[in-house]
Amino acid sequence: MARDSQAALIALNRFGFGARGGASGDLINAASDPRGFVKAELARPNGVLLEAPGLQSTPQLGQAVFAYQDQVKQAREAAKAAAPAETPAQPPADQKPALRRNLSLNAAAEITGQMADAKPADAPVRPETMQPNAAPPAAKPAPQPLNVIQKTFRAEVLARLQRATLVDCGLTERLVVFWSNHFCISASKGELARIWAGAFEREAIRPHVLGRFADMLRAVEQHPAMLFFLDNQQSLGPDSRAGQNRKRGLNENLAREIMELHTLGVGGGYTQGDVTSLARIITGWTFAGRQGQLGVPGSFVFNVNAHQPGPQVLLGKTYEATGLAQGEAALADLARHPSTANFIATKFVRHFVADDPPPALVARLRDVFVRTDGDLKAMATTLVDSDEAWRAPLTKLRSPYDFLVASGRLLARVPDDPGVYLNSLNLLGQPLWSPPGPNGFPDTSAAWAAPEGIKLRLDIAAQIGARLGNNIDPLDLLEFAAADAASIETRRTIERAESRPQALALLLMSPEMQRR
Amino acid sequence: MIDCVENRLLTSRRSLLLGGASFAAWAYLPKFAHAADGRDPRLIVVILRGALDGLSTVAPIGDPDYAGLHGSIALTADGPHPAIMLDSFFALHPAMPEFARIYRDGHAAVIHAVATPYRDRSHFDGQDVLESGYAGPGRVQSGWLNRALEALPRGERVSSGLAVGPTTPLVLRGNAPTVGWAPVALPQADDDTAMRLVELYRHRDPALAMALSQGLQLDKLAAGDDMKATRGNAVAQMRQVARGAAKLMAADDGPRIAALAFDGWDTHANEGGPVGRLAFLLGGLDGALAEFESGLGNRWRDTVVVVATEFGRTARINGTDGTDHGTATVALLAGGAVKGGRVISDWPGLKLANLYEGRDLKPTTDLRSVIKGVLQDQFGLSDRVLAETVFPDSAAVKPVKGLVV
Repeated sequence: MARDSQAALIALNRFGFGARGGASGDLINAASDPRGFVKAELARPNGVLLEAPGLQSTPQLGQAVFAYQDQVKQAREAAKAAAPAETPAQPPADQKPALRRNLSLNAAAEITGQMADAKPADAPVRPETMQPNAAPPAAKPAPQPLNVIQKTFRAEVLARLQRATLVDCGLTERLVVFWSNHFCISASKGELARIWAGAFEREAIRPHVLGRFADMLRAVEQHPAMLFFLDNQQSLGPDSRAGQNRKRGLNENLAREIMELHTLGVGGGYTQGDVTSLARIITGWTFAGRQGQLGVPGSFVFNVNAHQPGPQVLLGKTYEATGLAQGEAALADLARHPSTANFIATKFVRHFVADDPPPALVARLRDVFVRTDGDLKAMATTLVDSDEAWRAPLTKLRSPYDFLVASGRLLARVPDDPGVYLNSLNLLGQPLWSPPGPNGFPDTSAAWAAPEGIKLRLDIAAQIGARLGNNIDPLDLLEFAAADAASIETRRTIERAESRPQALALLLMSPEMQRR
Repeated sequence: MIDCVENRLLTSRRSLLLGGASFAAWAYLPKFAHAADGRDPRLIVVILRGALDGLSTVAPIGDPDYAGLHGSIALTADGPHPAIMLDSFFALHPAMPEFARIYRDGHAAVIHAVATPYRDRSHFDGQDVLESGYAGPGRVQSGWLNRALEALPRGERVSSGLAVGPTTPLVLRGNAPTVGWAPVALPQADDDTAMRLVELYRHRDPALAMALSQGLQLDKLAAGDDMKATRGNAVAQMRQVARGAAKLMAADDGPRIAALAFDGWDTHANEGGPVGRLAFLLGGLDGALAEFESGLGNRWRDTVVVVATEFGRTARINGTDGTDHGTATVALLAGGAVKGGRVISDWPGLKLANLYEGRDLKPTTDLRSVIKGVLQDQFGLSDRVLAETVFPDSAAVKPVKGLVV
């Protein structure tokens, strides 16, 4: 182990999700060949895909939502018919109330259901807990059965957590998290966004994490979840047939975020005119509704009737009126724009190396991005091969998600229920797939090192300690987590803890487990 | 992984706990009330994790070396907070008036200079030995209390197993069925854990040290508590756990045996004398004993509460007005079934030559002999079962006779 525990720590924590406990031998393997350990996953591009029994495609899930919404509506109408004089009928107990549906916009908007849930289905709830003086708890009252949306969301979360807990190093899963946050949607947008959140990542992000940026960009912007999240399914070309008929027009939301957040970055050289142009270019990018007039319900379609006719000028280049191809050509050019290369390289290095990314490393990644036409595997390989990534001290603070996954890995606990992770992430301010805005969760230590956040982490660590600490040897875990890369202070603090639960809490909160 | 996190949501701006109860778990006994005398015995085992300073809990005021060794935190028989004299030699910490009252009524006893067979100074190993009942450390999957349960005659289960609480202490783990219960407010990160982490961060990660310190402050402000009030919560927490446990055990079909643990006794710095950190904790323990007494009602007369810790602390205080890991300490017995009103001790003395390794109170009583005596008198377990099953390889450790009325 004397070999290079410090490099092993970098391999596992900077690039991965931390060492697994039990018999994994992660730290030893990483110490013997740190770079090779990290890069092994890059050689297995299929390993990024996530398939699990029961995980369905976006159209299937969309159809499930439509069916669910129909069912709620019917139940409500039936109740209304049965008791016409009563106050508004309640939906069946196992269903959320149907929210107002806006049928007036256009064919696409018809299918979208409500635009914003009042409350995410997995928002924190006050748990039932036993009163101190009560008798031992009888079986808890049966919780309301989950609806198809909640069930799907939890199944998707669980599959992701299990993958992250089980993978060797975790570099590819970290890349998934990075790109998923870069191209984020929010499950809080509505029922469709919630049911699609996992599928979006599986279908639009994962296949391209070790592929080409341009392919990921196209997959993302044509995914129904993104079109729903950023309202493009409502956007009509002012001069399109639908726009003329309905006297409605552009919605610039997606077009703006494509340039500001997905490709060029703020200050990347675009104007309001470019935003409007791109918005026109991608009018008609939508998904088929419940009636299926445009295609398979819940699948991406190009609705020519909503598309703004005519050529458009974007960033000084004219894109001829080629329908769907017009937008695809524009995205392809945005993907290889120099500002995009710079923006992506900077974010990438900031995520993995330091809040203030070393300029030389950013420049190198930018050059690789440009030279390889956005080969993301080449960019990741360059990062792992760089000296900077191994020299920079481990100053990044793990995000709440990283922290919880790393803790689960170290404890060798493969989650079988996502509830505790979801609750903890809500508490720590990183609700899964529900960032506060389209710019995703912050990626700097300052954002996560807020006093209340650290205190809450400690509370969660203490609870993990209370729950599991009696059954583990905290010094064994320290060996798995850091071995002789652990500081003498950390080792002493754990050795001198007054109990195993306390020792485990302190280990989970140690700089070796918090920094990456 | 973290099932108890949900409970956290109840009190996301909770106040801090100085110490606290970590759990209470019960074993449901076969029903076997002693028909002859109508007794229906109950046993509660309270484990104090962190190593209790026995010399501050029951101070050998009559020992000429005590005051010098315990220095600034030594108890005295006079002054503003006088210790409570139990006899002409030993005095009880003034934070424990309830125990003193029960002692005067003849239903509480102290065993002093007691220790498990463990002689090193690791909390983890020490707690393992204390709870497993084995002579040395090592990973075992059952505790002596569970094995004692298994040895009892089987009868009709008085209640079926229910939801298991956050964790079962090793002492009660094993083949015999147990159920658990935990109060609503599970212990969050307590002050002691937080302070240890702040200390670690201070050395290794100043940015996190600042963030955590501020977070702790925020938490206190939000709770509207000053330090005194948060310490008061630790006391309230211990009482709350005891109250709930007593209520369950008082029921005719309730559990007859319970084990629970209180944390926070690792007083390396600023331990305090008649007032201060240890005093608050002892006050909490005292309150818990009073809750057991009142909550068990008529059953109190058949009850023995055993209070034990993994080891004691140094006889001489250290440079930070605290004490470091030591060896012998006290065990406490309380309950209507205890033949008490006495301090049981073969006092080794505190002269340097008499201290274990020149630093700790020397053990003269094996804790196992005390527990064996209680188990034998309460539940009629045989010498052989006690020496082979409950405390393996302990034939040489004879049960103390006459601990129970």
